[in-house]
Amino acid sequence: MKVVIGRGLSLLAGDPQADRAVPPTGFTARLTLFTSGAMAFLAVFALALSLASGRLADRWGAELARTSTLRISAPADQLDAQTAAAIRLLETTPGVTSARALSMEEEQALLTPWFGPDLPLDTLPIPQLIEIVEEDDGFDPIGLRARLQAEVPGAVLDDHTRWREPLIDAAARLRLLGIVSIVLIGTSTGAMIMLAAQAALAANAQVIRVLRLVGARDVYIARAFVRRFTLRALSGAAVGTVVGMCAILLLPRADTAGGFLTGLGFQGAGWLWPLVIPPLAAVVAFWATRRAALSTLNEQS
Amino acid sequence: MIELRNVAYSYGGAELFSDLTLELAQGSFHFLTGPSGAGKTTLLKLCYGDLTATSGKASLFGVDRSGMSRDELALARRRIGVVHQDCQFLDHLPIAENVALPLTAAGRQDEIDSNLSDLLGWVGLADQAGQLPPQLSGGERQRAALARAVITSPDVIIADEPTGNIDWEMSQRLLTLLVELNRMGKAVLIATHDLNLIRAAKAQVQARVLRLRNRRLQSAGADL
Repeated sequence: MKVVIGRGLSLLAGDPQADRAVPPTGFTARLTLFTSGAMAFLAVFALALSLASGRLADRWGAELARTSTLRISAPADQLDAQTAAAIRLLETTPGVTSARALSMEEEQALLTPWFGPDLPLDTLPIPQLIEIVEEDDGFDPIGLRARLQAEVPGAVLDDHTRWREPLIDAAARLRLLGIVSIVLIGTSTGAMIMLAAQAALAANAQVIRVLRLVGARDVYIARAFVRRFTLRALSGAAVGTVVGMCAILLLPRADTAGGFLTGLGFQGAGWLWPLVIPPLAAVVAFWATRRAALSTLNEQS
Repeated sequence: MIELRNVAYSYGGAELFSDLTLELAQGSFHFLTGPSGAGKTTLLKLCYGDLTATSGKASLFGVDRSGMSRDELALARRRIGVVHQDCQFLDHLPIAENVALPLTAAGRQDEIDSNLSDLLGWVGLADQAGQLPPQLSGGERQRAALARAVITSPDVIIADEPTGNIDWEMSQRLLTLLVELNRMGKAVLIATHDLNLIRAAKAQVQARVLRLRNRRLQSAGADL
């Protein structure tokens, strides 16, 4: 570890005279800066998507896993009796923490997004909903359904399984997509920097020849290119990351609409994650340039 | 230090020379002459490992060139100072940094201060130290190339037409430097057409004159 850190510091400190041996090349410098900056910007969004998807999966999993809904559809004159019977039954069911019938106002609020606020709920045959809060281990849904069928014939139990699993699955896939995007961004950055490094090496073939004639080793020649490209990638990625974080910060809030994108962004310590992007870009650039340099020097020998 | 034994070199199917043997021992002084196109520059390149012999054996400081890694070759080249016909500078660096390049590449930067200014003064380039190579005349470039070749005090000095672009006075100063280095035990090999230079050298040092002709290396007679 100490060796790696030592090499990293040595790379950053560099050898000014070795660096001067290679003339600065404007085109490849601009290309590397732009590429690493743009890729870091995209990586910030991919990271935000991945973290948001993870949070979404956790939230949906936690919220839906511990609640169920009992829907009672019965003639108006039997509705209250069946509701009371269902609540009594639920209170004696192992694994159920609490059971509560939703009030008229709560049901109205649930239907408002679809039918508007002026729905005359009291004149419509709306089923009574009972919210069931489960213990950590949950209840036995098959046993509960059998008891309900015998004692409350108008009750339908919805344990949210059919909603929860596809939602969690979708969120997990989104998270995976975010991670795949970050990997693709990293490899694309490496490939582009490798191409830029190869172009710089080809443009400096005469410089390499002179350095070799005076006894420069390949590692000395490669170091000048590697350091230059690594620092360019680091600075480009730093700018791209800061711009990406600002863009995330300025994303419009969708709390009131409750849309899917509400959670896209970073929360709390999650804001530290993007700071990993510039050093990672530097590592990718270091690896890509070193590989390009040694491969080109091998070909030119 | 450098030895070519029964060496042949072919380029594009044509054999440039064959069965060539040459040894640059410590303290030796050789001139290499021959008509243009005879392969003098190629022979020098074989001596400093820039080319690999088609057959035969070329050894640099006891190591077979054909089996050398690039790092080994780089270390061997630090012991050989070369004055190229076309000088071979880094055009974006001032002449002082070009001259100091062998020390920089060898990680001997601490020796630059003590050597560079004296050497530039000796070759008459103290005032041009900050200029870029394209701003110098042909003669100035050649003097700078010589300064670069000797700044590390190498074991072997190889020069390809080092006096081609400089006046007689500077040729004499250059020769004096090479003779001094030779007396310190350095091996010197100079490819040249300049018979006056050869005669002047023979008056000062035991120099062997070789002629590359008809694909063979021969000792030149007393006609020189």
